Amino acid sequence: MLIDCPHCGPRDLAEFSYQGDASRTRPDLGSTDTKAWIDYVYNRPNPAGRHREFWQHAGGCRAHLVVERDTLTHEIHAVAIARDAAGGDAA
Amino acid sequence: MAEYSAFSLLKNAFSGNRDWKPAWRKPDPKPNYDVIIIGGGGHGLATAYYLAAEHGITNVAVLEKGWLGSGNIGRNTTIVRSNYLLPESLRFYEYSMKLWENLSHELNYNVMFSQRGILNLAHSPGQADAYIRRGNAMRHSGVDAEWLSPQQIARRVPGLDTSASARFPITGGLLQPRAGTARHDAIAWGYARAADRRGVDLLENCEVTGFLRDGDRITGVSTTRGDIRAKKVAVAVAGSTSRVLQRAGIERLPLESHVLQAFVSEAIKPFVNCVVTFGAGHLYMSQSDKGGLVFGGSLDFYNSYAQRGNLPTAQDVMSEICAMFPSVARLRLLRSWGGVMDMSMDGSPIITKGPLPGLYLNCGWCYGGFKATPASGYSFAWTIAKDEPHAINAPFTLSRFERGAAIDETGHGPTPKLH
Repeated sequence: MLIDCPHCGPRDLAEFSYQGDASRTRPDLGSTDTKAWIDYVYNRPNPAGRHREFWQHAGGCRAHLVVERDTLTHEIHAVAIARDAAGGDAA
Repeated sequence: MAEYSAFSLLKNAFSGNRDWKPAWRKPDPKPNYDVIIIGGGGHGLATAYYLAAEHGITNVAVLEKGWLGSGNIGRNTTIVRSNYLLPESLRFYEYSMKLWENLSHELNYNVMFSQRGILNLAHSPGQADAYIRRGNAMRHSGVDAEWLSPQQIARRVPGLDTSASARFPITGGLLQPRAGTARHDAIAWGYARAADRRGVDLLENCEVTGFLRDGDRITGVSTTRGDIRAKKVAVAVAGSTSRVLQRAGIERLPLESHVLQAFVSEAIKPFVNCVVTFGAGHLYMSQSDKGGLVFGGSLDFYNSYAQRGNLPTAQDVMSEICAMFPSVARLRLLRSWGGVMDMSMDGSPIITKGPLPGLYLNCGWCYGGFKATPASGYSFAWTIAKDEPHAINAPFTLSRFERGAAIDETGHGPTPKLH
């Protein structure tokens, strides 16, 4: 698997560190909705197919990325800098 | 169907082994069952067997998308152990161990359970303390555990470099002598045969495509072999749990699917006589009865349903086995494969009623489903038959995350790739 880092170009998977599902949205920090927090912390859609996820180019430019990848084929559809990617809680 | 015995072996040997009967029937689906079990792997088949044998519920169908045992039961590294720290886990896995110890006899099927022991190597004083703590917890719960010095380890596992100049010097090891390995396919076949002869229908090439419902209640399944109704529908599909439950409208679960690779070397003469785990990295190895070294390491660390891994993890595992046993460096790798793990948010399984009425769920086995097969089937059958958990699976609910009662052996929190 090669990930096309926007800064460094296509690099080997081994340079990257997986940081988990990027489709989750953290509830507002002031929220006291327990159900929403439990859902955010523990539950995942876990799709078989396209999956938005955080990766860090830990062995390269250290940028945090949002990668859209197929969990059935390992095919990568899109790579973006996490700060620029809309949605998710890239902070 | 005949019992397997010394006499039947001899008789069939004299007739050229031409008269063995198939081990189970190939029935057509009936329109109605008391219980449908989705998933014809180890856990599903064990559940069907214990439903019939322990609770007299024999109007049962096991639905398998492919062929029996085509999933994780045939993709593991065959290790059976109960060396856990937390009381809930210890009670569960030790129950499983006790079922394993009588399994060949109970099923009249040689599952080749070999109690050759498991040895967890420690490489630092801190790691030694953690293992000794775990060993003490085990002995408090009546599970066997022994602490071995490097000298004792050198005598037990001659291939290991136990010298102070090793790349990762060994400070000691925790041994569970009653742990060991079993023949993975035999578990599936043994439970399948035993369930079939009690009347359970094993339906292969029968994929569940949807759920039949009456309001919220699940009343059956649609399959590639037609609609089948049932009073109770149980799901035991390991890495495919999220996909199957999506068909029942459950979109989110405390699960992620990850791929775990495993490897077998070419066969060599007897080399290690127990299961050894390498604590400086994450590697577990044993030698099969045919002589191949069977080993594996960590997950590939990202969500995957691919049933195959990527090269960096394979390279990482190879470097670990060479650090541990330098003498295996020139062995050829015979084959490797990947299995899809349903990693839960605390590293512990879920065996429970729900999440919908009429539905029963068995999932979240992470790396460790194989050794749990008997206890998983036993307690899941209990839960299905009585609509209440057995004492051993009562803590393993779906609601434990919201109740703050997670069973987190490794203390990694809701980061499934690390369990």
